[in-house]
Formats: sequence, structure tokens, C-alpha cells
Amino acid sequence: MSGFDESLLDDADETVRVRFVVNGRKVACEVAPRETLVDCLRNALELTGTHAGCEMGACGACLVQLDGQAVHACLMFTVQADGARIDTIEGLTESGVIADLQAEFHRRNALQCGFCTPGMLVNAHELLSRVTQPSREEIRDALSGNYCRCTGYEAIVDAIDAVAKARSESGGAT
Amino acid sequence: MKARAFSYFRAATIDQALDARARAGDDARFIAGGQSLVPALSLRLQAPRLLIDITHISELRGVRREGGYLRIGALTRHCEMLSEPLIAEFAPLLHAAAPFVAHPAIRNRGTFGGSVAHADPASEFPAMTLALGAEIEIIGPSGGRRVKADDFFVDLFETALQPGELITAVFVPLFKADQRFAFDELARRRGDYALVGCGMLATSTGERIDDIRISFFSVGNTPTRVKGTEATLIGSSLGAERIAAAQAALEGDLAPPDSDEVPPAMRLHLARVLLGRMLGRLGERA
Ligand SMILES: Cc1cc2nc3c(=O)[nH]c(=O)nc-3n(C[C@H](O)[C@H](O)[C@H](O)COP(=O)(O)OP(=O)(O)OC[C@H]3O[C@@H](n4cnc5c(N)ncnc54)[C@H](O)[C@@H]3O)c2cc1C
Ligand code: FES
Ligand code: FES
Repeated sequence: MSGFDESLLDDADETVRVRFVVNGRKVACEVAPRETLVDCLRNALELTGTHAGCEMGACGACLVQLDGQAVHACLMFTVQADGARIDTIEGLTESGVIADLQAEFHRRNALQCGFCTPGMLVNAHELLSRVTQPSREEIRDALSGNYCRCTGYEAIVDAIDAVAKARSESGGAT
Repeated sequence: MKARAFSYFRAATIDQALDARARAGDDARFIAGGQSLVPALSLRLQAPRLLIDITHISELRGVRREGGYLRIGALTRHCEMLSEPLIAEFAPLLHAAAPFVAHPAIRNRGTFGGSVAHADPASEFPAMTLALGAEIEIIGPSGGRRVKADDFFVDLFETALQPGELITAVFVPLFKADQRFAFDELARRRGDYALVGCGMLATSTGERIDDIRISFFSVGNTPTRVKGTEATLIGSSLGAERIAAAQAALEGDLAPPDSDEVPPAMRLHLARVLLGRMLGRLGERA
């Protein structure tokens, strides 16, 4: 809770220590303030499931969960995440919460090169935790910030739609 | 696509943020949601020496009633415009506009204060503060003040904010039983910035419009209130003739910029179409 120290201004690009919880594990990293979260996850922590595409918020390949909400890892600096909980596609996979989405994406060929897939899954996961039975329109809307250059989206919407229906038939549990 | 090196300071209070800003000089920037600033830094459109993170300042959070106003803290996220019951009840125009602002993940980070401060003429919320007759609460080295939205947006990305000043909250007059609102925009794809967008708030007695505020975005250098058009609607009901007169008046209020992608005549046409649709809907709700 200390105030601003002017000597900080001479330290641009000096690394600072950041602590957060990534995929359930406490992690400490030395980062330069200008390093984005997506670079830290991929380079320092070797969690390369989070993809870096446009690096300006347009493509959605870099989505991760920050304190439980989907955010673009290219639109924040690692220092901003100090103290936060981050879940990447690796963590969501390990915990099994998106296993049904992953199986359905696979079954319906909702991925080809797979570059967009982690972002699609993070986004779909958030949508289904908020709206149990989204319309196709709502699914498309939720994916408006995720580019896919391969599939034409139809199979992705189908997969999310199918999982939403299956989950509500089995009582809404994930 | 990497920002130039900078130092980072996380402020815990407004005083700390203002103090850091004053001591670092004009080469410092406040960062809130970062959803406009981070891309600008990555593209090196801006390269400050210091980022002052204001997102941990609790004084900038929260939505509450204060007198005849809803006080919306600067750090209110776009997604909270959708989930916060007080906003749905007392500032329904903001609730209606929120789904059109960017994409879900950007709405999870972007803040209301950041959007208003950034003053992108294509943004939904700045234009809505005009339609709502809102007031922007500001604090700076020389104290606090409140600026009417009508006086806040000065030019392209330029506002009444002076260097080193922070937006603390936006005060929105509480929505009343005799009021109606409408919001809509035309975009090529959902989530894209609008080609033309509009929000309006009317006060009426029965079918008669006593007062109406209409604000457009994506039509020029600033969000734009169309006062001449508003005047054609006051004192009568929203019949087809009246709506046509308002559509005709729009030409006097808007001067869309030259653009190859959307020529001025096309933008004006789209604005007329949008206005007609929205007034029609407003009339049906009388
Ligand atoms: C792909 C993409 C699509 C988008 N689409 C839309 C869209 O359709 N409509 C739309 O409206 N926006 C859109 N945005 C922008 C988004 O809404 C931003 O969140 C918003 O414009 C800025 O809010 P922020 O909190 O992220 O501000 P930041 O990016 O943190 O800051 C923006 C500017 O405001 C200043 N600032 C921030 N907070 C304050 C404060 N309290 N007081 C004084 N100055 C402050 C900062 O110093 C900076 O100069 C989009 C962004 C992206 C990346
Ligand atoms: S890499 Fe983040 S949105 Fe494209
Ligand atoms: S599968 Fe290749 S980009 Fe979507």
C-alpha cells in the first residue's frame, strides 16, 4: 500500500516479480512491465495452448479465464494480473470441465488447423455457464470476437448447441 | 506488436493515482480495462513512460442511487451494464446499449469510465451519456467538478478532461415512469463498430412528446446530439408525418465525414433509416 516512488521511472523494462495462481498452482514470474500475459503464459510458463494471433483483441485466439471470466491475454500486461487466478486451456482440460465440449468439437470436425480452438472453447465454456440453452443466434453472437479461418463456423455452432442440449438433458451439470 | 518499455504503478487510492500522474508528468497514462489502451501501446500509437493502474481503487467502483441520479463508478465494467439490476431499472438505455459494445470477453474488462474518457466517436456509451443528459464527475490536481455530457465531448478523442484528471463516476438522471427509450445501430457484423448508431430518451404525456434527447454515434468527430431533429418532435405524437419530418431535419444536424468506405450520403441515409425505425418503435410503446 505504498505510494508512488519516482525512481520507478528510471526502471522501465526492469523486471518485476508477479505472483498469481495459474491452473490451480501458485506461480511467481519475473516480467518486464510491457510483457503481455499471452507472452508470459507461452514463453515463461510454456503454456502454449493459449495462442497469439493478432495481438490486438480482434481474433480471440488468446482467451483465458481471469478470476473466472474470459479475457484476452493479449490485451493485458502480466503485471496487471498480479494476485489473480488464471485458467488456461490446459487447466480447463485437466479439470475436465470442458471435456464434453472438446469431445463434441472433435466429433463434429469443429476444428481443422486448431489455431482458434482454445479461444473458442474458453468462450463457449463461459457462454454455457451463463446461459444454459442459448439459441444459435446467441451462440453466434457470443463467438463474434473469435475468428476461425478454416471451418466456416457452422460445425462450431453445432457442437456448442449439441453440448448445451446434452447438458440440460442430463440436469444442467457439467 | 510489442509496447515500448514502460514502468508500472498500481494505485490503491485516487490520491496515489493523482500524485503519481502529477510527478511523472504528461508522459504517464492511466490504465483501466486496457481494451483501448493496450492495442494502442502494442501498435506504438502511444508510448508513455509510466502506466498508472487505477483498477484497484475501490473509490471508483460501485453503482448506487444518489439523489435523483444513478451514480455509476468509473470502473463499472461493460458486462456489469448487463448484469447490474440498478442499471436495468434506472438507466435502461445503458443496459440496452451494452450488448452492442464489442464482444463478451472485451466487455468483461472494458470500463464505463474508460469508454467515456477515450471518447471514440464510434462508441456506444459516450453517445448514450448525451442522450441521458448525464454528468461526468472528474477529479484532478485542482479538485473535483461535474461536467454535463453536452459540454464534455470536444473533438475527435478530445474531451473536457484536463491532463492529469480522472473520471470518478458518471451521474445518470434516474429513469422515470413517463419516459421511454430506444437504442439501435447498424453494423456490418455483430460486435463491430457501428456504421451508424443511435440512442434516444423521451418524456411524454400520453402520446405527446414533451421532451426528447436523440444522440448519434459513428457520424462525425464526436458523439452528436441532433437538436434540430429533436425540436421537430416536441409537442406532438409520433405519427408517420412527424417521423418523416424528423428524418428530413436530420440533414441539418449531421455532417458525416468524407470516407471511401461509407460516403457521407450513405451514412446520412442510414441515419435516417435508423431514426425512422426507432421513432416508430418508440411510438408503439406510448
Ligand atoms: C476488438 C475490439 C472491439 C471493440 N469494439 C467496441 C465497440 O463496438 N464499441 C465500443 O464502444 N468499444 C469497443 N471497444 C473498446 C472497448 O469498449 C474499451 O473497453 C473502451 O473503449 C475503453 O475502456 P477501458 O476501460 O478498456 O479503457 P483503457 O483502454 O484502459 O483506457 C482508454 C483511455 O481512457 C483513459 N482512461 C481510462 N479510464 C479513465 C478514467 N477513469 N479517467 C480518466 N481517463 C481514463 C486511459 O488513460 C486511456 O487513454 C473495442 C475494443 C476492442 C479491442
Ligand atoms: S491474439 Fe489476442 S485477440 Fe488475437
Ligand atoms: S480451425 Fe483453423 S482457424 Fe479455426
